[in-house]
Amino acid sequence: MSNAALQPRLSAGRIAIYATLLLACAVYLIPLIVMLLTSFKTPDDIRTGNLLTLPESFTVIGWVKAWAAVNGYFWNSVKIVVPAVLISTLLGALNGYVLSMWRFRGSQLFFGLLLFGCFLPFQVILLPASFTLGKLGLANTTTGLVLVHVVYGLAFTTLFFRNFYVSVPEALVRAARLDGAGFFTIFGRILLPMSVPIIMVCLIWQFTQIWNDFLFGVVFASGDTQPVTVALNNLVNTSTGAKQYNVDMAAAMIAGLPTLVVYVLAGKYFLRGLTSGAVKG
Amino acid sequence: MSSVAVPTPKAVHRSSMDWLQAWLPKLVLAPSVVIVLVGFYAYILWTLLLSFTNSRFMPSYKWVGLDQYLRLMENDRWWVASQNLLVFGGLFIAISLLIGVVLAVLLDQRIRQEGAIRTIYLYPMALSMIVTGTAWQWLLNPGLGLDKLLRDWGWEGFRFDWLVDPDRVVYCLVIAAVWQASGFVMALFLAGLRGVDQSIIRAAQVDGASLPTIYLRIVLPSLRPVFFSALMILAHIAIKSFDLVAAMTAGGPGYASDLPAMFMYTHTFTRGQMGLGAASAMLMLAAILAILVPYLYSELRTKRHE
Amino acid sequence: MKAIHRLALAVSLALPLSALAGEVEVLHWWTSGGEKRAADTLRRLVEEKGHTWKDFAVAGGGGEAAMTVLKTRAVSGNPPSAAQIKGPDIQEWGELGLLANLDNVAEQGKWEELLPKQVAKVMQYDDSYVAVPVNVHRVNWLWINPEVFEKAGAKPPKTLDEFWAAADKLKAAGFIPVAHGGQPWQDGTVFEDFVLSILGPEDYHKAFVELDEEVLTSDKMVQAFAALKKLREYIDPDAAGRDWNRATGMVIDGKAGMQIMGDWAKSEWTAANKVAGKDYLCVPFPGTQGSFAYNIDSLAMFKLNDEENRKAQEDLARTVLEPEFQQVFNQNKGSIPVRLDQDMSEFDSCAQQSMADFKEAAKGEGLQPSLAHGMAASSYVQGAVFDVVTNFFNDPEADPKQAAKQLAAAIQAVQ
Repeated sequence: MSNAALQPRLSAGRIAIYATLLLACAVYLIPLIVMLLTSFKTPDDIRTGNLLTLPESFTVIGWVKAWAAVNGYFWNSVKIVVPAVLISTLLGALNGYVLSMWRFRGSQLFFGLLLFGCFLPFQVILLPASFTLGKLGLANTTTGLVLVHVVYGLAFTTLFFRNFYVSVPEALVRAARLDGAGFFTIFGRILLPMSVPIIMVCLIWQFTQIWNDFLFGVVFASGDTQPVTVALNNLVNTSTGAKQYNVDMAAAMIAGLPTLVVYVLAGKYFLRGLTSGAVKG
Repeated sequence: MSSVAVPTPKAVHRSSMDWLQAWLPKLVLAPSVVIVLVGFYAYILWTLLLSFTNSRFMPSYKWVGLDQYLRLMENDRWWVASQNLLVFGGLFIAISLLIGVVLAVLLDQRIRQEGAIRTIYLYPMALSMIVTGTAWQWLLNPGLGLDKLLRDWGWEGFRFDWLVDPDRVVYCLVIAAVWQASGFVMALFLAGLRGVDQSIIRAAQVDGASLPTIYLRIVLPSLRPVFFSALMILAHIAIKSFDLVAAMTAGGPGYASDLPAMFMYTHTFTRGQMGLGAASAMLMLAAILAILVPYLYSELRTKRHE
Repeated sequence: MKAIHRLALAVSLALPLSALAGEVEVLHWWTSGGEKRAADTLRRLVEEKGHTWKDFAVAGGGGEAAMTVLKTRAVSGNPPSAAQIKGPDIQEWGELGLLANLDNVAEQGKWEELLPKQVAKVMQYDDSYVAVPVNVHRVNWLWINPEVFEKAGAKPPKTLDEFWAAADKLKAAGFIPVAHGGQPWQDGTVFEDFVLSILGPEDYHKAFVELDEEVLTSDKMVQAFAALKKLREYIDPDAAGRDWNRATGMVIDGKAGMQIMGDWAKSEWTAANKVAGKDYLCVPFPGTQGSFAYNIDSLAMFKLNDEENRKAQEDLARTVLEPEFQQVFNQNKGSIPVRLDQDMSEFDSCAQQSMADFKEAAKGEGLQPSLAHGMAASSYVQGAVFDVVTNFFNDPEADPKQAAKQLAAAIQAVQ
C-alpha cells in the first residue's frame, strides 16, 4: 500500500520513521559486523579487544584456514541442494495444482495432514527414516539424502503453490477444460507461466532450508559426501584443542555466503513472489 | 461390419481418456500421499509404539505400558523444558509479529532506499540457526560481548548477564530468534500491504480517518491470511528450535534453557533413553495437535466457503 | 601346470598387500588441530598397509553428534568399520550383537601383556576383544599458573584444606581463584574430583560403578556436594556455558589461578607455547594423589561382511597399538599411551608423571573410571547424574543433603 495520497514531506513524523528504520538496520547488522570484524582479527586481538574494536593487525589468515577446511564440502552441498530443491519444487507445484484446481474427496484432509506434518520435529524421524533408507538400499548415499530433503520439504512447497493457485480464478481452468484441454496441458499452458513469482519464493525458501540443514546432512551423508554445514560444525564445534574464533567466524561466513548472496540478489523476487499471493493463506 | 467396428474403439478410447483425466489428479498426488503417510504418519506411529517400550540404547519391543509417560511426568527437566517452550514460543511469536508489522508499516511510507533496508532486515533469515546462535552467544556473553563493549565505552556500572542467569537465559533465546525471523515477518506483511486495495484507503481518508486508524481498523484486519502464514512459519520455527539452543546455550546454565526438542534429542540419542525420548516426542505432538488442529480446521473451512 | 602354479604363488606372495586391500571407514570426533594431526597419522599408517581410509568425522559435544550418526547407521544396517565408542557403552553395543571379534589380532599382538588388565576388561565383551584402546586420559588434574600463585602468596595445594586456603589467597589478591566453564560435563568433572578426594577411591567405586544407594546418600557424599557449593564462591559469575578451553585461557593469561580439568587441557598450554613444570604446573587434584580417574578413548569394531574390509579393519586395530601411532597421538592429545612398555622419554613431565601414577594406581584400588566421561556407568546414569549436579551447581539455594538424595533417586529412576 504505497500511500499515493500522502506526499512524502520532511516532517517530525517522517524523521521519526526514518530514525526508527535506521536504528532497526543497525540492530540487524551488528551481528554480521561483529562476525566480519572478528574473522579478520588475530586470536590475541580477539582476547584483548572487544566486539566492535577494529582489528589491530588486519589478517586474512582466518579466511585462508577456514577455506582450506571447508572448500571440499562446498561442492557436496551443491550436489545435494540442486536436485533436492528442483524436485521438491516440482512436486510442490503439482500438488498445489491438484489441491486447488482438482479437489476431490479427501484432498482437503490430505492437505491438513501435510500441514500438521511440517510441525513434526525432525529428530523424531531420524531412526525410522534411516531404517527405510537402509531397506531401499539408499543408506548413506547422496540420493538418499536428496530423497529425505524432498520428503520433508514437501509440506512447505505444497503450501506455497496451493495458496498461490487458490487465488487464481477457477473459471480460467474451467474454461480450458471445456475446450478439451487436459490436466497437464492446463498446468503447462496456463498455470505454470503465471507461477514465476511463486517458483522464485519456493526456490529461495528451499535453497535456504536445505543449504543450512545440518541434522539430515550429518546423519544421512557419510564421510566424503558430507555437506558444508557438517564441515563447519567439525571446525567450530570441536570439544578439545585451541579455539580459533577468527577461523570459526570466517568459516561460518563462507558456509552462509551462498544463501546470503541469494537473499541479497533475489530478495526482490522473493518479495514480489510473496506479494503475488503466496501469503494469501 | 466395419461401420459397427469403427466407433467402438474410439468410444473405448474416449472413455479411457476420460477415466485417465478423472484419475490423473489423484495419480499425480499419489506419490506425495504415500510420502506423507510413510514419512510422517507411519514414523509417528512407530514412535508411539516405542514410547510404550523400555527401549534404551536402541529400539527394543519390550512392552512397559505407560511407564515412560509416568517417568516423564516426574522428570523435573521435562517440566523446565515445557515451560520454556511456552515462554519462548509465546514471546518469540508475539514480538516477531509486532516488530514485523511495525517495520512493514513504516517501510510502506514511501521510504527512500527501501530495497536496501528491506534486504538488511531480511538477511538474517538466510543464515542457519547454528550461525545465529553462535553469533548471539558472543554478543550476549558477559565479559565478551555487549556487556564489555558498553563498559569499554565508559558505562562502568553496565551489567547484562542474562545468558548466565538461569531465570533469564530463555529471554536470550527469544532475542536471537526474533532477530532472525522478524525481518521475514516484515517481508510477509509488506507483501500483504502492497496487495491492499488503494481505493478503500482513499475512501477512508476522504471520510477523515487518520492514518493510524486506517491501518489498525481497515488495513491490518484485511491481512488476516498473512497473519495465518506468519503464525504457521513462526510456530514451526519455535517448536523446532533445536539448533539455536544447541549453538547458543546447549540448554544451560544447568538445564535452565532446555526445550522439548532438545530434551527429546538428548534422551533418545545421547543418553540411551529412547523410550523416554519417544514419550516426550508424543507429548509434544499431542500439544501441537491440540493447539493447531482447531485453528487449521477453521482456516481451511473458511477457505472452502469462499 | 606347475609353472602356472608357481607363478600364481609368486604373484600372491609378491602382492599380498594389494590383494588384501580393503576399505576402513572410521567414525570419530578427532577434529581439532592436534587431534586431527593424530588422526591423519593413523590414516597414513593404515594407507601404508595398502588400504583405503574413508574418513568420517563428526564433531560436537564430546561425540554426542557422532553417537546419533552411529545409531542411525546401525539401524540402516550399514555401520562403519570402526567407531569411537568408550567405556560401558561398548557393552551395550556388544549386547546388540553388532561388534566384531578381535581375539585373533589380540593374540597375535599379545594384547594381554601389553595392556593393563583394567583397560583390557573395558575392551572386551563376553571375554572377547571387540574394541582397541587408543589412549588414557587422567581426569583428576589441577592446572596451576605459578606466576599468579606467587603474586598471591599461595602454594600448590596437596589437600582440600590447602586448596581452599590457596583459593582464599588468590581471591584476596584480586584473581579469579578457579577458572571454570559451566557446562554439565565440566560441573560433573569437578564434582567427580571432589567425590574422589572426599570419599576415597573405594567408596567412589561403590557410588559410581556399583551405584550403591547407601554410599550415594552418605554423609561424605553430602560433603562432596557442600564442597561443590563452596566452589561457587571461587569462580567468576560468567562461567555458565563457557567452553573449557576458554577457562584454560583465563589461567594462561593470568586472570585466574587454577583450573580443575583433565589432561587434554595441556593441549591449550602447548598451543600457547608454555612449558610444563615451568610456565604451568600440573598436580593431582588435592586429596587424590594415589588415585587416577581414567578416561580411555577406544575404537570399537563393527561386524562386516566383506572379507577384504575385515582384513583392513584388523590392520587398523593392529596399527592403533603400534608405538609410532601411540606416541604421535598422545603427544598431540595430552594423554598417555595405553601400552605399558611405551618409551616415555619423548613426553613432557606431566605425561611422565601421569604414566608413573597410572602404573602405581593400577596395582591397587586407585585406578577408577571417570563418571563424567562415560567410563564408570552407562550414558543414562551419567546423564541423570549430570542433571542433578548441574542443577545443584547453578542453584544458589540448593541444599547438599537434598542433592545427595536426589542423586540416588535420579540414578534409581533410570535403572
